[in-house]
Amino acid sequence: MRRSSRIAVAVAALLLLAAYVAPLWRIELIAPQYPEGLGLRIWVNQITGLKPNDLNSINGLNHYIGMHAIEPDEIPELEFMPKLLAAAIAVGLLVALIGRRVPLYLWAAAFTAGALAGLGDFWKWGYEYGHHLDPHAAIRVPGMSYQPPVIGTKQLLNFHATSWPDIGGWVLIASLACVVIVAGLEWRRARALAGRPIAVVRPVAQASA
Amino acid sequence: MSRTTVFRLHRTATLALLMAGAVVAAGCGRSNARLGETGDAAQRVYVAPGKYDEFYAFLSGGFDGQVGVYGLPSGRLLKHVPVFSQSTENGWGYSEQTKAMMNTSYGFVPWDDAHHPQLSQTAGVPDGRWLFINGNNTPRIARLNLTLFETEEILEIPNSGGNHSSPFLTENSEYVVAGGRFSVPAPQRDVSIDDYKEAFSGMLTFAKVDSATGHMAIAFQIRMPAFDYDLSHAGKGPSHGWSFFTSYNTEEGNTKLEVNASQKDKDYIAAIHWKQAERCVAEGKAKTEPARYAHNLMGEDGIARTDWGSSTKVLSPADCPGLVYFLPTPKSPHGVDVDPSGEFIVGNGKLAALIPVHSFSKMLKAIADKAFAGEDHGIPVLKYEATIAGEVQNPGLGPLHTEFDGKGNAYTSMFLSSEIVKWSLKDFKVIDRVPTYYSIGHLMIPGGDSRKPWGKYVLALNKITKDRYLPTGPELAQSAQLYDISGDRMKLLSDFPTIGEPHYAQALPASILKDRQLKMYPLAKNADPYAAKNEKSTRMDRKGAVVHVRMTMVRSHFMPDKLEGIQVGDSVFFHITNLEQDWDVPHGFAVLGANNSELLVMPGQTRTLVWIPSRVGVFPFYCTDFCSALHQEMQGYIRVSPKGSPVAIKWNSPSYHAPGDSAAATATGHGTK
Repeated sequence: MRRSSRIAVAVAALLLLAAYVAPLWRIELIAPQYPEGLGLRIWVNQITGLKPNDLNSINGLNHYIGMHAIEPDEIPELEFMPKLLAAAIAVGLLVALIGRRVPLYLWAAAFTAGALAGLGDFWKWGYEYGHHLDPHAAIRVPGMSYQPPVIGTKQLLNFHATSWPDIGGWVLIASLACVVIVAGLEWRRARALAGRPIAVVRPVAQASA
Repeated sequence: MSRTTVFRLHRTATLALLMAGAVVAAGCGRSNARLGETGDAAQRVYVAPGKYDEFYAFLSGGFDGQVGVYGLPSGRLLKHVPVFSQSTENGWGYSEQTKAMMNTSYGFVPWDDAHHPQLSQTAGVPDGRWLFINGNNTPRIARLNLTLFETEEILEIPNSGGNHSSPFLTENSEYVVAGGRFSVPAPQRDVSIDDYKEAFSGMLTFAKVDSATGHMAIAFQIRMPAFDYDLSHAGKGPSHGWSFFTSYNTEEGNTKLEVNASQKDKDYIAAIHWKQAERCVAEGKAKTEPARYAHNLMGEDGIARTDWGSSTKVLSPADCPGLVYFLPTPKSPHGVDVDPSGEFIVGNGKLAALIPVHSFSKMLKAIADKAFAGEDHGIPVLKYEATIAGEVQNPGLGPLHTEFDGKGNAYTSMFLSSEIVKWSLKDFKVIDRVPTYYSIGHLMIPGGDSRKPWGKYVLALNKITKDRYLPTGPELAQSAQLYDISGDRMKLLSDFPTIGEPHYAQALPASILKDRQLKMYPLAKNADPYAAKNEKSTRMDRKGAVVHVRMTMVRSHFMPDKLEGIQVGDSVFFHITNLEQDWDVPHGFAVLGANNSELLVMPGQTRTLVWIPSRVGVFPFYCTDFCSALHQEMQGYIRVSPKGSPVAIKWNSPSYHAPGDSAAATATGHGTK
């Protein structure tokens, strides 16, 4: 790996620290009765309302349609995600330290898989949250489920729901993109190098480093 | 009514003709003379759906004892805030937490006649912290918190009658004042009314306002001659440190005042140097006299409590030279108004044919030069010529009140000729006049009695409505008109009915208050000792014939909603906590046969209603404020058993709120005690 690649991978790993201080995702809900809107922020270790009482209000409203209350203490992801993220930062830094291509490729693949798994888990949580309804709920609309979108907008009865990455989420995406791009560049370079004599290449590599 | 008519009327004015003038003014009908000039009037007062008014206006409710909050320029009613009068709408004065607000030394007085709202000021400018208002009948001053739009404090004024020249605060809200339109024996005792001159006093009270909390405390009372002290305004800028009170009945009549109090050509404006009073009180010149009065204050826990005052410090002008001077003012002056500069003191002699304007600087010079015309009850009377800055000639008939636009103009309401007259503070000449419908009392310019008027509109607060709106039987709403005063000529913009008797009003830009509003009470900070802050804390407790029910309300159910073990004649205290922490989701509580009122409970708040069941049966209760799609289901039952019945106290458990448990919860989980 070139020195610039190693720096980029290290920076990408450190970028993940942002997820400890910035929310990853936000879901906004607008209804005729809520012109000021309600909303949720999903953090690496908690779920909060956009406004102080929003989570409470959303849970209160959701009981009409039989949705389970969102109890952040009962969501295991919020427990292990911070640890997973710490591990990812450590691995990223290690890959930068080692400075070899193969660990970089593996890390890029694992990071991508982890991010997709995270989104998949988010979707699954949303699915269960929106589908597993109390059969005794006051309002039961046949065939209706209330799964919030992972990304994008959706009309859920009187609420217009919008889901989008928040600051921490964008930083995470940037970090992932950085690792994948660096891995790709390194891959291309390795392929280019494979066909040439080493003695000729060396000085060029040093000059460019 | 045209200009020339008014002038002609005025030139021939005699007291008899004044009355005729009133009839003519009222009879002139609905010729909106100026409406033609304001083709864009509708646009000027139109506030598009979802948009906000430019000003909050606080109109006293007069004899309904409340404060009405309106938006200007639209005239839309925003809120009706109960103050001195009980309100069955939300349980004000009925709920256990608010009952103490009605306490007075005369017992529980659940009504009053509220006249003069006054916005608190800093450096002579309305600051939007509090609104003070006087109770006329059983002398009191109330303070409203303007982040809550709720009454927080009511202070009774002892040794007083007809608390009309009140609260008229000083320019940094140091004091609110209270003067009586009745003089009374002080302290009260059994004397002949014929001994009026000797036995009666007109007490002027100064209550200190705590600059941090707004809490009021009577600082001192000044024992004045037995005149009728009608209105007041404090000095500002150079005249800060003085308060001015008009008086009528300086004749000291005690019967048929309509004639007996109208004999003298001039009565007085009493100039009170309250800074001198502070010095005299500090020097120990005031006498501590017994006086019992109530001081009702809403606690941090949302519960009103009464402290009983037992004495006041009473200052006699004779013991404090330099405290009071009389400014002769024609004739039975009503309002006394100080212009934004603090230099001009306008007397509105309601029976006078001119408007006298005193000069504060000339008054100080007259005092220094001892330009006295004599003494009255030992109080120096200044020479009229020595204090007068000018007289507005031919202003109209029956001047009552003057407000200012901050651009060098004054606007005086004319009760008899039913008009607003604009005149210049430079040369005291009338500039413009515009009819009102009908018989205007007070008028109000936002900030118009402060150092910084927002002189865009003037609102006429009229005493007579007659044919202004669709008729509604003998009793009509009151009428108000809004005029644009941004140009040279006043232009009538709109006309809207108001409730109660809007007597005086205050207004300030919405931007000062709008973003300070509390949206809900934080449930976590609810300190009511009987609050149930979650459904698991709900319970019933019997102590003898008293049953305390800690109940919660949240969309769309009460917890508990099945109550048993209550007996005929029990005093059932329903302590109801609204668990909502969402904006604008109050819940109501109403129980069949309640002899007091319903409750309206704001999010995070606890309110308590006492219910004494009088018969055996099962009685429903329900939410009165349409709260949600399942509002109609928000209801419950109370079983009332005979006295001494073995039926135990019993209520249902909260568990059915947990989704998935509802089938199980209805069958199980009864709390018992």
